[in-house]
Amino acid sequence: MGRERETRKPQQVSYTVEQLIAVNPYNPDILPDLENYVNEQVSSQTYSLDANLCLLRLYQFEPERMSTQIVARILVKQALMAMPAPDFSLCLFLIPERVVFFSQYLFLCLRHTCCLNQMEEQFKTLIVLSHYLEVCTFATGRLRQFWDEAAKSRHIVESVPGFEQAIQSYAIHVLSLTYQKVPRPVLAEAINIEGLSLDKFLEHQEANCGWILEKGHGRGQLIVLPHNEFNHPELKKNTADNIPLEHITRIFPILG
Amino acid sequence: MATGYDYDDAPGDYEGAADARGSQDVAYDPNFVPDSVKTFVVHLYRHIREKNVYEIHQMYETSFQSLSDRLFKDTPWPSVDAVANYVDNDHVFCLLYREMWFRHLYARLSPTLKQRIDSWDNYCSLFQVVLHGVVNMQLPNQWLWDMVDEFVYQFQSFCQYRAKMKNKTEQEIALLRQYDQAWNVYGVLNFLQALVEKSMIIQILEQEKEGIEQFTATDGYDYNGGSNVLKVLGYFSMVGLLRVHCLLGDYHTGLKCLQPIDITQQGVYTSVIGSHITTIYHYGFANLMLRRYVDAIREFNKILLYIYKTKQFHQKSPQYEQILKKNEQMYALLAICLSLCPQVKLVEETVNSQLREKYGEKMIRMQRYDDEAFSIYDELFSYACPKFITPSAPSFEEPLVNYNQDAYRLQLKLFLYEVKQQQLLSGVRTFLKVYSTISLGKLANYMEVDEPTLRTILMTYKHKTHAVDSDGKIISNADVDFYIDDNKITHNVVEDIMKDMVHVVESKPVKRYGDYFLRQIVKLEGVINDMDWVKLD
Repeated sequence: MGRERETRKPQQVSYTVEQLIAVNPYNPDILPDLENYVNEQVSSQTYSLDANLCLLRLYQFEPERMSTQIVARILVKQALMAMPAPDFSLCLFLIPERVVFFSQYLFLCLRHTCCLNQMEEQFKTLIVLSHYLEVCTFATGRLRQFWDEAAKSRHIVESVPGFEQAIQSYAIHVLSLTYQKVPRPVLAEAINIEGLSLDKFLEHQEANCGWILEKGHGRGQLIVLPHNEFNHPELKKNTADNIPLEHITRIFPILG
Repeated sequence: MATGYDYDDAPGDYEGAADARGSQDVAYDPNFVPDSVKTFVVHLYRHIREKNVYEIHQMYETSFQSLSDRLFKDTPWPSVDAVANYVDNDHVFCLLYREMWFRHLYARLSPTLKQRIDSWDNYCSLFQVVLHGVVNMQLPNQWLWDMVDEFVYQFQSFCQYRAKMKNKTEQEIALLRQYDQAWNVYGVLNFLQALVEKSMIIQILEQEKEGIEQFTATDGYDYNGGSNVLKVLGYFSMVGLLRVHCLLGDYHTGLKCLQPIDITQQGVYTSVIGSHITTIYHYGFANLMLRRYVDAIREFNKILLYIYKTKQFHQKSPQYEQILKKNEQMYALLAICLSLCPQVKLVEETVNSQLREKYGEKMIRMQRYDDEAFSIYDELFSYACPKFITPSAPSFEEPLVNYNQDAYRLQLKLFLYEVKQQQLLSGVRTFLKVYSTISLGKLANYMEVDEPTLRTILMTYKHKTHAVDSDGKIISNADVDFYIDDNKITHNVVEDIMKDMVHVVESKPVKRYGDYFLRQIVKLEGVINDMDWVKLD
């Protein structure tokens, strides 16, 4: 936590905010602290779902105090960057519909431009981005759906440092659930890195994350992703039949 | 949008029918105390003072109901002032009496705004007395559960009532403005939270695991002369918090509030059927919304089986109708879970046959993902979801608008959005089920999509069937799973351009022998003990 904190003013915000929530989860007075904390999380690349949900909850109780600016930041921050966790939905569940303004057109015509003000436009974009991530359309062939949309909305995306990396690691997460070996072009599309930068990236992953590069059958590189129980089902441990000690204690008198 | 949302969460929530009460007031004399009521309060008061939990429970469950049926079918009970002098004007007893008085009123009549506000005041006084530790009674768990349950219900009812602004009279609006603290969401949450904290229940449950403290073993009662009221109210307040958070759409926080209770085990929450059902219903619903379908299915299955086996014992209980209703709602939620995540193996045979009987045909149609399928998802969700609330106060500016459906519409929409995102998955699933390996090219052909799209769909399948649990661990909800590998065998087949193969893995149901053996060991010990009692002459 707080990689950048040393260079900033020596605040103790993060520490106290977590405490504030623990002691006072339903106290309207901590709202400003929580708002500051959102900005703090953005700049220090940290993340607290509980703190942000707590803030959204206070907004829900007193909509007149809501700052759409902050809400949008939370959505980028948790929504998109916390994938594969369902945090984006968790936030949307709490935000009154009239704020986010995502009506029927969402289902029907994602790209249809209505007359929206800037803020509404921003929420719409976020929801579209989240949709692409949820259905894993980073890029399908020539349609680079997620990455194109993200490129169009640079102002949102770039306001949060670490955005690209977060999405890339989500893409890699889904890929490694799915593939034992992934063809290079598929990986390239998903993480939106190509050519030399991809070589560099692969080198790094090879050294640090146990990736292995293989020559494919006449069609370029294959990347062997690290084994896990989802792409190598035989690794799945039978953890379901573990019995916690406290259940065993119930029969101690009998055993003794 | 489905119209099925007009149901009431508890009997007697007849909002807006307040005018009808005028005629009853003529016949009802709040100061008249029939002899049977006199006897009732005198005895109840005495039993409470003597800490006779058994008798209190009898009077509370049986006598109160039968008196209500006989004398107060459609009028309130006598006012607290009228009975106070039969019980030494005991402050706490009067608060308890009023709590029951309001509960009866909510169940059988429709409360006026003033009565709603008075009931809130009464809860405030009652909980404050409990929180300050002045209470040294021992009350039945059923009663303590009912208090928390009713408190949350009245809060929900108030929010629904307040959200219907359109037909409010000027007088009502003035009252709403004046008593803006009544049933305020902060107040409600903070009372529940205070009960949890002050009771130290979380620590007690922790210490119980280490064997230092007893709570579950005594069903929360205190046999050393102390009081169980704060402790058990604190305990049930955790369930209350889960429920309030679900009503607000905050599923993550709701489940967090419940965490100190281990719902895989029996506990005090299972000692009262109403609490058992409320806990599991909300736990399951929250998990459904968080896409942790397997957790939801597992717990729904257990409780539905339990209700199936025990419902005859509750036929005379005042909660019987509620039990049946929640039972039906949970079958609907189970149907939704299984349609999104077909893990039928997790469902016990009896429950499964009940489910097929009720929703078999609908579940087949839900697999189709056409407009009709969506309308069934909509219908089942609307029928079975909690009665969502908007917690904020209305704007009193003209024009007055109703917003009582807003919260529900939002949750429904987001839910259907999720369903929509999963629409292609049931197609993939069908194909995966009949193959052990299949090349991407062939599968794409069958599914009538191009290969990049298929790759996307397969990744979506993986993402949607792998949930993140509360510790951030990835857990698989997939009934059929697979992985993609570059396959050496097909590599000679010329027409197979894409050589990537999908390898299908059927998930096997995990058998839980451990718990089964534990239970059998305890059972056997019981039998042996019984046999020791039998003397062979």
